Amino acid sequence: MSEIITPSQTVGPFFAYGLAPNSRCHWDPNGNYSWKETIGANLVTPDATGTKIRIDGRITDGDGAPINDAMIEIWQADSQGRYAHARGETPRPNAKFTGFGRSATDKNGEFSFDTIKPGMVPGPGGKPQAPHIVVCIFSRGMLRQVYTRLYFSDEAANQADPILALVPAERRGTLIAHKQAGGGAPVYRFDIRVQGENETVFFDI
Amino acid sequence: MSLVYPKESLSVYPKHLSPEYRSTVKRSPSKPLIIVPHTLSELTGPVYGHDAIQVGDNDLTKQHKGEPLGERIIVHGHVYDEDKRPVPETLVEIWQANACGRYVHNVDQHPAPLDPNFTGAGRTVTDKNGYYKFITVKPGAYPWGNHPNAWRPNHIHFSVFGHSFLSRLVTQMYFPGDYLFPFDPIFNSVTDEKARMRMISSFDLENTIPDWALCFRFDIVLRGREATPQDTDKH
Repeated sequence: MSEIITPSQTVGPFFAYGLAPNSRCHWDPNGNYSWKETIGANLVTPDATGTKIRIDGRITDGDGAPINDAMIEIWQADSQGRYAHARGETPRPNAKFTGFGRSATDKNGEFSFDTIKPGMVPGPGGKPQAPHIVVCIFSRGMLRQVYTRLYFSDEAANQADPILALVPAERRGTLIAHKQAGGGAPVYRFDIRVQGENETVFFDI
Repeated sequence: MSLVYPKESLSVYPKHLSPEYRSTVKRSPSKPLIIVPHTLSELTGPVYGHDAIQVGDNDLTKQHKGEPLGERIIVHGHVYDEDKRPVPETLVEIWQANACGRYVHNVDQHPAPLDPNFTGAGRTVTDKNGYYKFITVKPGAYPWGNHPNAWRPNHIHFSVFGHSFLSRLVTQMYFPGDYLFPFDPIFNSVTDEKARMRMISSFDLENTIPDWALCFRFDIVLRGREATPQDTDKH
C-alpha cells in the first residue's frame, strides 16, 4: 500500500529571498537582509567541457502579461550526454557541473541561464533523444509545477526525437529555443506562454 | 534501487485551474498536457548534499545580531518516498513570514513591521534516515488580495528535491487547528481530506524543549516507489 504523497502548493510571490537570493528579482526591502545562494542561474563550472551558451526567455500569462514572480528551474545533461545524478559513478572530467539551475524572473518576466549545450541522451527503447533541457516552472497562481522541454533550433536530431514526435506537429515550435544572430557565445531565445495563443506545450509526467 | 513514479499518485494534487484561487485563472495551461514516457531526463535529478549548506543554515533565529521576536519553534520530520522509505541526503529549503506575518520582500506591502533580526530563509540536508530539523519562529497570518478579507493561515513554505526531477516538491506546511483553514482557497485546492492532512504539521510535545521552544513534526512524502516486476516488464 503506497503512502499518499504530500500535495503541492504554490511557491507564492515571495520565494526569491529564500530560493534565488542573487537572481534578477530585487527583493530586499531596505538592504539589511541577505542569504547565500546555493543554486543560481550560472551553471558553467571551470571544469565543464563543451559549448558555452546563454538562454534568454520571458514568461507570460493568459493575457500575454509578463509573470514577474516565476521561478524557472532547468535540469540537463553535460556536453557528453551524462546526467550528474548517480552517486559513486566513475569520476568525470566535468564532475563539478551539476546540470541544475534556477532563475527567478524580473519585473518584465525575463529569465536567463548561462550553461553548456547538452549532448544527446539515451531515450526510450535505446533511441537517442536530441539535446534538450527539462524545464520546471513555479509561480504565484500555479498550485503545482509544470514541466516542459527546451530543444535547440540548430539540431537536426530534433527530427528523430522520440518525445517531440509525441507532440502535435503544429505545437512543436513552442519547445524550440531559437539561436540568435551575433558573435560570441551562442544565445538561444526561449519564451514560455503559460496559457492562450501559441501556448507552450507542457508534459503530463 | 529502481524507482517508478506512477502518475496516479498525483491525483491528490490541486488542479492547475482552481478558480477560487484567482491567480490560477490566467496562469494555468488551457490545453491538455501531453502524455510522455519517463526517460532518463526525468528519472534523474539534481543531487545537493552536505556541501551545499553551511552549519547553522537550519537555524533561522541566529542569522542576525539579535534574536527575532516571536514564538521560537522547532520544526522537524522525515522525508519519505511512497513506500515510506527514508529519502537521505536531500536538500530541504524553507522560507516564511516573520512572527507579524510580514515577508522580507519588496512586494509585500502588509502594514506589519519587518524584524531586523529575521530574514526567514533556511536550508538543510536530510541525514541517512531522511531526518531534517529547523529552528525558527512561528510565522504570523497575513492578509492577501484574493477576495474580501482574505487571510492566509500560518504556514512555512517548503522546497524538497528527492530522488529525481519527478519527485521535486514545493509545498506549504500548516499548523494544527488553524481557524483560517475553512476560508483558504490555497489550502482547500487539495480536495481530498487525507491529502490535506498531509500538509498539516502535528504538535510534538515529546520533542518540545522545556523552557525554550515548542516543537512541530512535519513528515513529507515524495513521489517514487520501488518498481514491481509488473512495472519492470513495461521497459
